[in-house]
Amino acid sequence: MDPDSTTTVEQKDEIEAIEIDLLLDGIYRRYGYDFRKYASASIRRRIWKFAEQEKLATISAVQEAVLHEPSMMDRFVLSLTVNVTTMFRDPAFFLALRTEVIPILKTYPMIRIWDAGCATGEEAYSMAIVLKEEGIYDRCRIYATDMNEDVLRKAKTGIFPLSHMKEFTDNYIQSGGKNSFSEYYTAKYDYAIINQELRQNIIFAQHNLVTDKSFNEFNLVLIRNVLIYFNEELRGKVLDLLHESMASFGILALGKRESLKFSRLESAYEELDSAMKLYKRCA
Amino acid sequence: MSYKLIIIGCSLGGLSATKTLLAGISDDCMVPIILIQHREQKAEVSMDNVLTNMMQRYTKRQIEEAEDKTPLRLNHIYLAPADYHLLIERECVALSADEPVTYARPSIDVAFDSAARTYGSGVIGVILTGASRDGADGAASIEKRGGLIIVQDPLAAESNTLPKAALAATKNPKIMQLEEIGPYISNIVREGGASRASRATS
Repeated sequence: MDPDSTTTVEQKDEIEAIEIDLLLDGIYRRYGYDFRKYASASIRRRIWKFAEQEKLATISAVQEAVLHEPSMMDRFVLSLTVNVTTMFRDPAFFLALRTEVIPILKTYPMIRIWDAGCATGEEAYSMAIVLKEEGIYDRCRIYATDMNEDVLRKAKTGIFPLSHMKEFTDNYIQSGGKNSFSEYYTAKYDYAIINQELRQNIIFAQHNLVTDKSFNEFNLVLIRNVLIYFNEELRGKVLDLLHESMASFGILALGKRESLKFSRLESAYEELDSAMKLYKRCA
Repeated sequence: MSYKLIIIGCSLGGLSATKTLLAGISDDCMVPIILIQHREQKAEVSMDNVLTNMMQRYTKRQIEEAEDKTPLRLNHIYLAPADYHLLIERECVALSADEPVTYARPSIDVAFDSAARTYGSGVIGVILTGASRDGADGAASIEKRGGLIIVQDPLAAESNTLPKAALAATKNPKIMQLEEIGPYISNIVREGGASRASRATS
């Protein structure tokens, strides 16, 4: 019997919602990764994208594959969490960082920066370049964290496809870069390797914003386009974690279309630059 | 039928079509309106404001560029920001920076489909002029879940690729001239509200 002939769209949607709940519950119990409070509309799209890649016809089939094959689970985590980004994404943000945040950081003897959800490291290396040009890199430690070990390994190498350099360079120039971008990498075959001196003060480490705790106190926390993947409750919880990790007068940087509005941290921060979503802790 | 959400999709030439449409929706049409318009990939913040400011002249409703987790308010218009997908969750907007879908971010398909899944038959989807087929599958998704699809007459649309694709993808769309759409929507939303009110008092 063709199930399509008897099942209505509403029933199919309901079955799908049950399948997603079961899948995410199963993953949490089997592997400890907690995706249960991710924003439902986008996680649904990512699960289906993964199913298509793996040629699995239903979400129940994804569940079976992921629970029984750890290598499938690795690929699942990757496809659910990785965000493709570029160096100096939103150049105007990095320009604001130079003019509004760096002068504050310059007043500290030691500067700790947390790049949360760093993925393959583009943002951490962009930060390193800005700090270098502003003359404070040697006083900085950048903790770049992600839940995913695979992307961290990749981030640590500092190797990017040479084909990306044109976009990185354009962004760098627009972001107020002071040198020639090509000074920061060495080209080899089809790849570009970021200079060792930019890598030495970056600590790449595994950290899961959903299940791990605060691990240090920071003067600047970057979490751009990460909270959008969480539902309201989880976003609130992660913001609390960031708040706990924030030094007095610490600065929080969100993505271009994110804000502290409608969150309980709203009153504890003042806007440093409302368009660039830079906030300063005031309580 | 009681409608909960109006969602509009358009691309090329969409700005003037959108102005006409918004100007035709009456002030007492108490539902949130979502506007998905294809835009320049690299549009800067100042550009965004230009677009909202320009459109604000044609409606009394507050137009804002949607931010992540913005609660949906009756009478407000939410514009999808450049370089993000806009999705509808229960009572709020959710953004995603996932890859473009059919070369578009924001993608009309992504937004329409999520609206359909969240609000079912409470959605009115409007397809205006557009130069790609992004939006057609989303329109089909709304219709399948009992929502209403209105398509601008392809003969009158500045670019007819999207209206034609949407007509081909749906079974029972309403084809209308741009000027008719706003008043029509205002009417059916008002009627839905009225029937709900009469049910409540009976």
